[in-house]
Amino acid sequence: MLYDITLQIDYSYAAPSDRLRNLLRLMPPDIPGVQRVIRRKLTIDPAPDERRDTLDFFGNAMTSVVWHRPVEAVGLNLTARIERFPAPPLLDLSPPHETLGAEIIAHDSIGPEAPQHFLGASPRVAPLPEITAFARDCLTPRMTVLAAIEAVGRALHRAMRFDAEATTVDTTPAEAFAARHGVCQDFAHVMIAALRGVGIPAGYVSGFLRTFPPPGQPRLEGADAMHAWVRAWAGPDNGWVEFDPTNDQRAGTDYVTVAIGRDYADVAPVLGVMRSSGGQESRQAVDVLPLDTLRAEPLRQP
Amino acid sequence: MAKTERQTAPDLFADYRLTTGVADELFDAQGQMRPVWRRFVDRFARLSAAEVTARFERGNQYLRDAGVFFRQYSNDPLTEREWPLSHIPVILHEDEWEQICEGLSQRADLLEAVMADLYGEGKLVSGGHLPAELVAGSKQWLRPMVGVTPRGGHYLHFLAFEIGRSPDGSWLVLGDRTQAPSGAGFALENRMATGRIFPERFPRAHIHRLAGFFQGYRQALERLSRGPGGEIRTPAILTPGPSNDTYYEHTYIARYLGLALLEGEDLLVENAQAMVRTIEGPKPLGALWRRIDAIFADPLEFDAGSEIGTPGLMEAVRGGNLAMVNALGSGVLEMRALMAFLPRISQVLTGKPLALPNIATWWCGGTRERKYVEANAERMMIGSAHAVDLPFDLGATTALGGRFRGAARESIAEWLATEGTHLVGQEAVTLSTTPAWVETEGPTPEGEPTGRVLPCPMTVRVFAARTAQGWTFMKGGYARIGRSGDATALAMQRGGAVSDVWIVSDRPVPAHSLAPEGDFRRAAPGILPARSADNLFWLGRYVERTEDAIRLIRAYHLRLAATDNPGDPRLRLLRAFLGGYGFDVTQAVPDTLIGRIETARACAAKVRDRFSTDGWAALKDLDKTARQMTRTAKPGDDAARAMSVLVRKITGFSGLVHENMYRFEGWRFLSLGRKLERADALAALLRAFADPAAPPGSLDLAVEVGDSVITHQRRYRVETSRDTVVDLLALDADNPRAILFQLREMRKLVENLPNAYENGRLGPLLRAISPLESALSVAEPAEITSERLIELRGAIAGLSDIIATSYLR
Repeated sequence: MLYDITLQIDYSYAAPSDRLRNLLRLMPPDIPGVQRVIRRKLTIDPAPDERRDTLDFFGNAMTSVVWHRPVEAVGLNLTARIERFPAPPLLDLSPPHETLGAEIIAHDSIGPEAPQHFLGASPRVAPLPEITAFARDCLTPRMTVLAAIEAVGRALHRAMRFDAEATTVDTTPAEAFAARHGVCQDFAHVMIAALRGVGIPAGYVSGFLRTFPPPGQPRLEGADAMHAWVRAWAGPDNGWVEFDPTNDQRAGTDYVTVAIGRDYADVAPVLGVMRSSGGQESRQAVDVLPLDTLRAEPLRQP
Repeated sequence: MAKTERQTAPDLFADYRLTTGVADELFDAQGQMRPVWRRFVDRFARLSAAEVTARFERGNQYLRDAGVFFRQYSNDPLTEREWPLSHIPVILHEDEWEQICEGLSQRADLLEAVMADLYGEGKLVSGGHLPAELVAGSKQWLRPMVGVTPRGGHYLHFLAFEIGRSPDGSWLVLGDRTQAPSGAGFALENRMATGRIFPERFPRAHIHRLAGFFQGYRQALERLSRGPGGEIRTPAILTPGPSNDTYYEHTYIARYLGLALLEGEDLLVENAQAMVRTIEGPKPLGALWRRIDAIFADPLEFDAGSEIGTPGLMEAVRGGNLAMVNALGSGVLEMRALMAFLPRISQVLTGKPLALPNIATWWCGGTRERKYVEANAERMMIGSAHAVDLPFDLGATTALGGRFRGAARESIAEWLATEGTHLVGQEAVTLSTTPAWVETEGPTPEGEPTGRVLPCPMTVRVFAARTAQGWTFMKGGYARIGRSGDATALAMQRGGAVSDVWIVSDRPVPAHSLAPEGDFRRAAPGILPARSADNLFWLGRYVERTEDAIRLIRAYHLRLAATDNPGDPRLRLLRAFLGGYGFDVTQAVPDTLIGRIETARACAAKVRDRFSTDGWAALKDLDKTARQMTRTAKPGDDAARAMSVLVRKITGFSGLVHENMYRFEGWRFLSLGRKLERADALAALLRAFADPAAPPGSLDLAVEVGDSVITHQRRYRVETSRDTVVDLLALDADNPRAILFQLREMRKLVENLPNAYENGRLGPLLRAISPLESALSVAEPAEITSERLIELRGAIAGLSDIIATSYLR
């Protein structure tokens, strides 16, 4: 599947921000066997005085930009054409969840793919007894890890209500879980906490989700935001698998990955520090346009 | 006959009794006094009770005078308590010290190699010598540092080791301090204090000096700091700021080594180069001796909530343009669990065992180790595997000797089974004891000693610095002294003590002084961070503002005492005038005044490295005195006298600054603040008290508050009139309490600031001051109307803004 993706993020500051510095994780990467970048371009307005493009620890494209003069507003524009490969059928070769711990220990590496990074507390997700208890209730004896991941994801999807207004980017998993509502970031954080709570390594994926028009209506452009879902380690044979608790499905060909990490803190699309008084406002618009727009697809919620 | 009998000295060591199974510093295993202590003990035991007290007090007095305090974390950031010096030093022979340092030198190299692997190839993990979950689970293992080569090629430059002596007499390492070791400055201060207590040529001539170590370290820092073309750049200390518990040490060591003391907001990163914001604009920095934990260093790449870091600092490190002492991420080496693996890693990486063993440690993530810890829980300390504090700093979630401290749990077995990967067991070692002075509780009879020498457990902190010649060690250090009989009470924040460590030679050692030789202090140009200049400028303003208020309050109470009539028009005017500044003169010492003094002190606290300890002490004294007066002073004559005391104290501070502070940029900003504030205060005073509508007697008040009564009598020999008063307090270029005088002084100060001129023409600040100065130089008193004074105050406020935009950000 080919996608043309456009993303526009606009920030404005109440007072001009002196020496603004941003760290951006916005550009989808090549992922062998999953997705291929045909072209991608990140333009920044006003043009920054410094720009450096590097890879972070997890292999995400990281762009550091600095303005030496005061700026009042910043526009970030990404255009990308990405080929998403069809996902091969997933055979469940994962071990029973009770024995995953031994498999993790056998993994002798601290490279970015190592499950050990995704097991303990991370900046935004710490283990929480209530969430762990919820996850435990989803498991049955000898259940495979893959089945366990999907069972936890599905149960959360049922238990939690999608509410675009109820939470903010700073909402903790504990708050979102207690109120049983939130947006994709909250669903992902709660599911990560749940899986880690039962010993399954889990991390955060930021990216884009193809969206579809309601029947009989034209596609709404720019109405969507960046999406988030979960990756979890299902043992050495299945490796990392991805599940979207917001939509209760595996992340397949409808998904384009931008960045992976332990939680939102590792993949935040825009991290910024400004020297200015007053607040800031931001606006985000995403458009994920399949080039084969005639293909019929079922309707889903973003 | 009995009268001539020599008074026998009390045996201060009478109660020094050893415990079986515990090593002691004073006595060896056979119960013989170690020779290295002999001469010290002989002298000390001969001192009379009064002399012991007097000597100890000399040491305490030195520390108080020097302003050595230990800050405690509390809600009030200015809470300080006295430095807990244990007056008797720990004495070790240089041969034994040499051996210890040899072992620690090997350990330092090993830690460097582990660091390089953890942020490089990761072979220790892939080879099975270190569990991946320990590294990946550590908050101090900083992923952005993976693959980054440190500037200068090394990760570690300044280390401390906490060591202790085990019952068999051998030494062992209790903890490695690799993140941002503190205490080197305190070691220096301890040495200064013990120098006051034991000034005799012996033992002093035989004790190794500390200065050589610092000289070597300073040179190493300077080399590390050089620019790409080899140009000299001042190395700097990066501090979390005044609310940190060891901030005093940061200011002390910055002064001692001639390093700039910076906070995160003093820095900015441009084109991957770290820069200091100075009064002259950004200046490049090559090396930072950081005293902040790495996760707070850069809110963009580490802890996003950090308010003490600098955005982009990691980018300067990644770009190879900034050396960190020690490299960001070095805190990972401090985790307790690493101790369990270091003996094996030493074999793997160097083929040799550790010359100096560390405290026996078992990581409970392994089944065999967990079983062992469970079976031997009675002689273990069990706690967090990732904890970076020392084994003796037990938290609430640790178990000691098979029992939990604080939080109750089911059983140790269950704890180990469910959370094993997060736990370590460490042998609950028994430390050696050393002589410490323990005060007797309650009052002591005249002539009797106020305490006695008892054996107390101790650990020693050893400092190492990397130089071009390899690791060099401080010949000394500081010891933490626990309470007698309680080996777990060592944490200073919970009330232990510290003492000096003497490394003693059989022969006199070369007598170079603590003051560094040659010109190494002056090797690099100084820099004045814009924030320091800002604090000095405002310190000047606050001090002047406070002095002015004290004089006004005094004038009020003098009139009140004279008239005993609060309804007097002059009193009403004074009340209204002071009320405009927030002072309530119905209080003899207004709360607002205490607040002003406190603000000045808080400003001074942020630039303690820049002015003398006497100046700091004077401000503290002013604060203390004023607070005491709030409880005692009564309105009228009493309050007026109290204000006179405060005037003398605050002018004492000003005098210290004026007489003793080096005429450098910092002094200029402090002085600018004072002159500017005084000019404004005089304009406000004249506006209110020389106004034609002011009640009779107001002119005399103005002259009194302007401290110019005698000058007025001498110059005019007549009663005050509006013309004479305005002439004296506004237009007299020779009266240090005239507006014109302030403007002239400000112009002279500004002429010596950087960028005072632009391309041979006046810069913006001089362009603003000069016309004001000229106008007042030619004005007649009658022209200085109330309206003119209001305009003048506006112009003075404008000067403050220009100073801020030109220099202070």
